[in-house]
Formats: sequence, C-alpha cells, structure tokens
Amino acid sequence: MIEIDNISKKYGSFQVLRDCSTSVAKGEVVVVCGPSGSGKSTLIQCVNGLEPVQQGQITVDGIAVTDKKTNLTRLRARIGMVFQHFELYPHMNVLENLCLAQEKVLKRPRAEAVAKAEALIARVGLSDHIHKYPGQLSGGQQQRVAIARSLAMDPIAMLFDEPTSALDPEMINEVLDVMVQLATEGMTMMVVTHEMGFARKVADRVVFMDAGRIVEDRKTEDFFSNPESPRLQDFLSRILHH
Amino acid sequence: MSGFDFTVILESLPFLWEGLQLSFFLTFLAIIGGLGFGVLLALARLSGIRALSLVAATYVNLIRSVPLILVIFWFYFLVPLALGRPVGGFQSAVIAFVMFEAAYYSEIMRAGIKSVAKGQVQAAKSTGLGYWRTQRHIVLPQAFRNMIPVLVTQAIILFQDTSLVFVVSLRDFMTVSSIVARTEGRLVEMYLFAAAVYFVICFAGSLAVRRLQSKVAT
Amino acid sequence: MGWLISGLGWTVAVSLCAWVVAFVIGALIGVGRTVNNRPISFLCTAYVELFRNVPLLVQLFVWYFAVPELVPEGLGQWMKRGMPMPEFTTTVIALGLYTASRVAEQVRAGIESIPKGLKSAARANGLSGTQMYRYILLPISFRLIVPPLTSEFLTVFKNSSLALTIGLLELTAQSQQIADYTYNSFEAFTAATVIYIFIALVVTGLMQIIETRTAIPGQSGKAA
Repeated sequence: MIEIDNISKKYGSFQVLRDCSTSVAKGEVVVVCGPSGSGKSTLIQCVNGLEPVQQGQITVDGIAVTDKKTNLTRLRARIGMVFQHFELYPHMNVLENLCLAQEKVLKRPRAEAVAKAEALIARVGLSDHIHKYPGQLSGGQQQRVAIARSLAMDPIAMLFDEPTSALDPEMINEVLDVMVQLATEGMTMMVVTHEMGFARKVADRVVFMDAGRIVEDRKTEDFFSNPESPRLQDFLSRILHH
Repeated sequence: MSGFDFTVILESLPFLWEGLQLSFFLTFLAIIGGLGFGVLLALARLSGIRALSLVAATYVNLIRSVPLILVIFWFYFLVPLALGRPVGGFQSAVIAFVMFEAAYYSEIMRAGIKSVAKGQVQAAKSTGLGYWRTQRHIVLPQAFRNMIPVLVTQAIILFQDTSLVFVVSLRDFMTVSSIVARTEGRLVEMYLFAAAVYFVICFAGSLAVRRLQSKVAT
Repeated sequence: MGWLISGLGWTVAVSLCAWVVAFVIGALIGVGRTVNNRPISFLCTAYVELFRNVPLLVQLFVWYFAVPELVPEGLGQWMKRGMPMPEFTTTVIALGLYTASRVAEQVRAGIESIPKGLKSAARANGLSGTQMYRYILLPISFRLIVPPLTSEFLTVFKNSSLALTIGLLELTAQSQQIADYTYNSFEAFTAATVIYIFIALVVTGLMQIIETRTAIPGQSGKAA
C-alpha cells in the first residue's frame, strides 16, 4: 500500500532524512518511533506529499507521490491524516468539520455527508458534542473528532503524526482506544508515536529512527524482545523503565 | 497630450529644495515635541491616578477620531487667538502636529510598555527592585526596544502627513510643487516628480524599519 | 447647519465607496502576497510599497491632475469633461486604492498568523489551494483582523477630508467655508469635530457588534 524507497531530504544544509526505506502493506499497522529530531514526523509528512523530498520515491496505492505530475490533492483526499495538535477548523463546529471536505472535495450531497458525519461522531463517542466548536472541547475530544474527520473521507490508509503527544495523560487512552479499534478492523495505518503499549498491542512492525536514518525495522515481537542496535536498546531502556 | 517637459523641475530645484527642507524641519520638530508630550500622556494613562488617566485617555481618543486637516485648521485659527496676535502658519502647524502626533505616540508607548511580559515585572520585584527601579532598569529598556520600529514607521507616516500643510498654504515640499505646477502649467510632471521624491524617501525609511525589526527580533 | 449636513453626506458617501474599493482590492492583494507564486507575490508587494510610501494628498493630485493627461486622449477627455462627479469619483479611487494597500497588509498578517499545521491539515483533508483559502484561511483571518480593520475603516472617514483639496465640499471643507464666510470659526470647527467623534463612536460600536457576532466560540481572548 505504502512504499518508501530510499528517500533523502534536507532543510538547507541540515539532513533530516537519509536513505530511508520501508513499507506498509494493506491492512498492516506500522509504528514509527525514535528520539525527537530523528525525522519521524518529517517521514510521515512525506508520505502524502506535505513535505517534498529531494531524492528517492514514495508510492501510495501504486501512485507516485514524489512524481511532480501526480495530482497530490486527489491523492490526499484518499489518505487520512491525524496531527499532533488536532488542527480542527476552529471556525466550524464538529459537524461542519466532518462535512466540509466530503461536500467540497468528494461532492457528496449534504444529506449523505451529514449522515456519514453523525455515524462517525457516534462511533468516537461524541454525539452530544456534534454542534460544539473545537475550542469548546478537551484535547482528547478534539483528537477523536480529527480521527472521525479523516475517516469521513473513506481513506485507504491512515497516517498518525504523534496523535497523543499534545494530550494530558488522562486523555491519551480515549484516543488510543479509537485507534486500536480501527487497527482491529483492518485499517492500514502508519503511526508515529511513543506509546509503546499501543505498539505492542496492535503493531505488526515497528520502525526505529535516529538522526534521519531508519535504524531498525522489525516485527513487533522481535523489536521489543530482541533489539539489535545499541541505540535502540538505549532508547527502549529510557522509554520503558520509569 | 503635450510632450513631457522635465526642464521645469531642473529650473525649480532650488525652490523645491527649500520646500523639502521645511518638510523635514517640520517632521523633526513634530517628532521631538510629539515624543515629549506623548511620553507625558502615556505616563498619565498608566499612572493609576484616575482623573489624570481619564483626562489623558479622553484627549488621545478625541484627537484620534478627528482628521488631521481639521486639527490643522483648529490650530491655525486658535493659536493666534490664544496668543492675541497673528502668528505665521509655521508655528501653528508645528503646534498642531505636536498635539496630533503626541496622541499616536502615546498609544505606541503604552502598547510598548504593556508588551513587556508580566513575568518580567514579577521577577524584578522578587529580586527586591522597587517600582521605579523596575520601570527604569527592566520595563522601559525592553519596551523601548520593542517600540523602535513602530516609532520609526510613525515618523515615516508623519513625514507623509506634513504634506497636509498644503491646506494652510505653508510652503512645504507639497505646496511648493503645487505652486510650480500651476505657475508653469506643468501639473503632470510636477506631481509625478513629487510622488517619486516622497516614494524614494519613505521607501528608504521603511527598508530601514525592516532592518531594525530583524535586529530587535534577535 | 444645512451645509454641515450636506458635508456629512459627502463624507459618508466617499468613505463607504472608498471602503468597498479598499476592501475588495486589499483582500486580493493581501492574498496575493501569501501565495506560493513569485511573480504574483512580487507584484502585490510592489503595489503595497508604492501606495504606502507616497502621501495620500500627492496620490490624490496625481489621480486628479496627472492621470487624465497620461491615459489615451479619448479617455482623458472623458475623465475631464464627461465623467460624472469628477471630484467624488477621483477621491473614491485615490482613497480606495491607498487604503487597499493598508487592508492588504492586515489580510496578509491575518493569513500568516494561522499556524502552519492547520494549512497542512486542510491539504491532508484533500482541499485544493483555492478551497483552502476560501473555506479555511480567509474566514479565519477576517475574524482575526476585525479590530485593525475597524481602525482602518475609521481612518478612511478621516482621510476623506483630503477631498477638500480638489474641491469636494465634504464635512471639513464645509466647516472651513463657514468659518471663512461667517467668522464663526469656533462654532463651525466644533460642529465638525463633534460630528467626526460621533462617526467614530458609531463605527466603533458597529464593529464591536460584528466582532462579537463573528467570534469563534471557545477561542480565548474573545467574547463568545
């Protein structure tokens, strides 16, 4: 489904990504982790072309993201993305947040868009809040709306960029629960996160990045029980033992 | 359409230069006076003394809702009346500009002082500094740094505004250009030339502001 | 008194018309400065710098005295003889285009103050560039810039007084004429001043209503 082939990227003279290759098969859940500044967020933002790459190739569902001729707007409409800071449209209520792209991009009739939105909002447990504005919701609630907004487009895959990093601890689980449910339903997912519990529970593979490189790319079980590189061992010991 | 004749400008250069000097001089006096009176107004508004801050606030808001031209007319008419003898247009224009600009400068300074983070004041007080020392060593230096680009921008606007003394026939650059334009019958050349001169001066000024801004930001 | 009313009428008419011009052109130019297209953003920047760095009075004279001579002869003749209400029209154009450069700066600042993440989200949601501006960036930025636009709107009323220099008998001009003819300078200027303050109060009040009406619920720092 997602093929990342040898990509490199620079910001000025700073090399953010070096020769990164990995893939996500249909129905697979891949978690990307690593210390801050390792390039993991940049990597996931390259997948739907939000960040351009200078070298290498990315294809999603057989379409080359890195090809200049590709209509990125059309491709993005088919890939869901959830951000660290939710990024809901602040001037629209929950319902309109879910309907906007359905109506304007997919050209769905209003009634159909509303029905879809209502169903998804019910699914993330926020039916009572459907007419509220983002600023009136907690962080956890906003992130669940953001997930529902992406799902409203019937995506073929979902990208998550540190979806719980900006949340207060007590709100993390309500968001992870929604993501776990999605994973068990067979959604193709690429998730940048530090939530190792989540990775253990649902990930098929875990990718570890450091200083712009993919250091390890392993089956989940091997990743935790048998880390090879010293850097990963060091990272895991710091993130797991406290 | 008659052909352009720019020799008119060359021949009138000394006359135009006198006008430009007056524009600069007026700008300079208005900045000095406006800053001085503006500081007083800003301090009055932030003084915490009710009556004083009310008077200052009323003055500032009143001046800011009236066109500059009307203020110029007011002082053109009031100053001789107050002094009991006729004075030149220049004196009344200077007073009008000082009174007018002070209202704007005081707002800039008030915003500048308010822009200094509250935590800074608390930190200063917690190290044992009193009110005046906090103001002098902590608040005002930071406030002034933040204000400089805005103050310079306001000076550029002021320079443009001095062209309005045209309405009381004071011979600044604008009035002089207009006199040449009419007497020589060369309206097109003169007004385009005036626009170009103002543009060059003000654009250079705004480039300087941009430099200052990037310096202040670091 | 009748003179002042007629002057007030011209002031309001010039200001409102000029504001429409300023708002439409200013919004276009402001957006133009933020788009990812070198020639467009350069042209829009040049517009702003040009109109911002020449005094309004000079611009007014250029439009009134110079432009009719510079355009093709037929049009120039029409501007001088045929155009209805030449002083009024010229003031609206000059004041409108001048204010547009200031509105453009506010619009640009508003758009640039929107976090990058929200733009990424709109893109990731499948919105095209035009859709992103139309449904996300412009609606949010216009709400953000209501207060600075209020003061620009007030400035238009004040700047409309410059029209007296080309012979439009608006409020300030009328008060000055009364002062000249009747020697009741004090009364005439006081009346004009009071009317300008009244305009300022009305406009500020109206804009506050607009600000409250358009405030985004749940956003801090704004009355919902």
